[in-house]
Amino acid sequence: MRRIKGKVFEYLCLAATVAALLLLALLLLDAWIKGAGWLSLRFLDSFPSRFPEQAGIKSALWGSVWLMLLTAIISIPLGVGAAVYLEEYADRTWLTKIIEINISNLAGVPSIVYGILGLALFVRGLMLGRSLLAGALTMALLILPIIIISSQEAIRAVPSSIREASYALGATKWQTVKYHVLPAALPGILTGNILALSRAMGEAAPLIMIGALTFIAFTPSSPLDPFTALPIQIFNWASRPKEEFQYLAAAAILVLLALLLAMNAAAIIIRNKYQKYIKW
Amino acid sequence: MAIKMNRKNIAMILILAGVLLAGCVSKPPEAQPPAGTSQLSGTVKIDGSSTVFPISEAVIEEFHKKYPDTRVTVGTSGTGGGFKKFCADETDINDASRQIEDPEKELCTKNGIEWEEFRVAFDGLSVIVNPQNTWVDHLTVAELKKIWEPGSAVKTWRDVRPEFPDEKMILVGADTDSGTFDYFTKAIVGTEKSSRSDYTASANDNVLVQAVAGEKYALGYFGYAYYVENKDRLKLVAIDAGKGAVLPSDRTINDGTYEPLSRPLFIYVNKESLKRPEVREFVRYYLTDGKELVHEVGYVKMPDSMYEEGLGRLG
Repeated sequence: MRRIKGKVFEYLCLAATVAALLLLALLLLDAWIKGAGWLSLRFLDSFPSRFPEQAGIKSALWGSVWLMLLTAIISIPLGVGAAVYLEEYADRTWLTKIIEINISNLAGVPSIVYGILGLALFVRGLMLGRSLLAGALTMALLILPIIIISSQEAIRAVPSSIREASYALGATKWQTVKYHVLPAALPGILTGNILALSRAMGEAAPLIMIGALTFIAFTPSSPLDPFTALPIQIFNWASRPKEEFQYLAAAAILVLLALLLAMNAAAIIIRNKYQKYIKW
Repeated sequence: MAIKMNRKNIAMILILAGVLLAGCVSKPPEAQPPAGTSQLSGTVKIDGSSTVFPISEAVIEEFHKKYPDTRVTVGTSGTGGGFKKFCADETDINDASRQIEDPEKELCTKNGIEWEEFRVAFDGLSVIVNPQNTWVDHLTVAELKKIWEPGSAVKTWRDVRPEFPDEKMILVGADTDSGTFDYFTKAIVGTEKSSRSDYTASANDNVLVQAVAGEKYALGYFGYAYYVENKDRLKLVAIDAGKGAVLPSDRTINDGTYEPLSRPLFIYVNKESLKRPEVREFVRYYLTDGKELVHEVGYVKMPDSMYEEGLGRLG
């Protein structure tokens, strides 16, 4: 009886895994069947159009790439800096505990709320308008908690014996952090950062909230330019009456998936590369 | 060793980022505009209704071909969300699927924004059943009201008319956030946003099309454009508002005989912005060449006189 229970549990877990994988496979297959035929270089290099056969994702693709780069530039130094401070410098007082609990809570706040904040703070307050910079700042806010938490975990995973050895040799705190803690934690930090950025890449709600555009027929040339992004373009096409636009939406989904997979692959490659240098 | 690798890789990442950015910035030199087009430039900012969006998109596409140096941008915050931006002087034009309302007027006036209203097209809401539905050819407004009003007792088709089959009615309609919902409830039930709530709702009309096409006993309502694109999977219901049953069509929506489910679509233009040549020319283009694009994206062109009236005010 004991063994049967064990077997039943095993198969239930297997069924759960298979169900999740099947669902994913179905989604991918659906997007592939509908969208693959519409993928082409022309699709990547054309602006949106009312004629499905002429429509492309140029403005959305460039918008997404710009947005990702700006978001990374803003959020990574802030997030990693905060994590280093909280882990290495801050005393373990009730205040730091409250701050950490709040950061964890912020990670669970719905993205649309960040959109409202971004609209009030960046678009209206700082008068940045509906620019790439306002979008990137909003996205940075959205993923900061995730970056801080994952960086903290990576830093915490560095054994304290490493730090103590460094101090024992007369190194200062800054030297210890710079030469030992950060390099050792880097694979974990980078992985967390890239995964957080991938999340930002797929978000549409906060961008729509701050008023990212649905249609533009030019690519941004500075951080203060208006922009659109892939999820918005997909959302727009998916709600159009003409059937062909559904296929375009599927094709754009494939492009977005490819970008996300590439970013996640980069995270894995970076982690494996750096882990070779860390041996203790 | 480890730190050295870090620097190298960070440098690599930065260089890559730089290359990507440079790729964005360095555009190939603009092609000379073809003969006959003028050198109009500048930016026109549009936001507002997602219903009007396809028309604006089509107009801009053609406008950009004629004036390649202009930059026209469109957002889809919805009619109300768009007016908030319009009245805060953040946009030049607001796409609207209804007229401006009093609180919005007050907001605009408070911020010193004056506007000009132009009608650009008609949109018909269609009431749709499954093609296998052989018993319905028309419904009266009173019957629709009985079906859709809050607390409605209608459960089966027989509850609507005794000769209809005794089968459960599957209701499908617009999501409460959409302008379509506001409009349908006002026209049919009489009060805006007043509707029964036990129906399949979606803000995505394509979902509604699927729901009706897949269910024999379904009844739904959505934009006429979505019917036109899915004619073979859906059946139109004629509406009787007391003057006989009328099916929606380009003609009946245009001449106003399809009542009460056809509505005008608008653009609102900031009067101050109209002084800029690119905005003025864009609006003029919208009302002249643009009107020929209305039908292409699924809406109904108004009588020419209405466009001329708008052009007259544009001067």
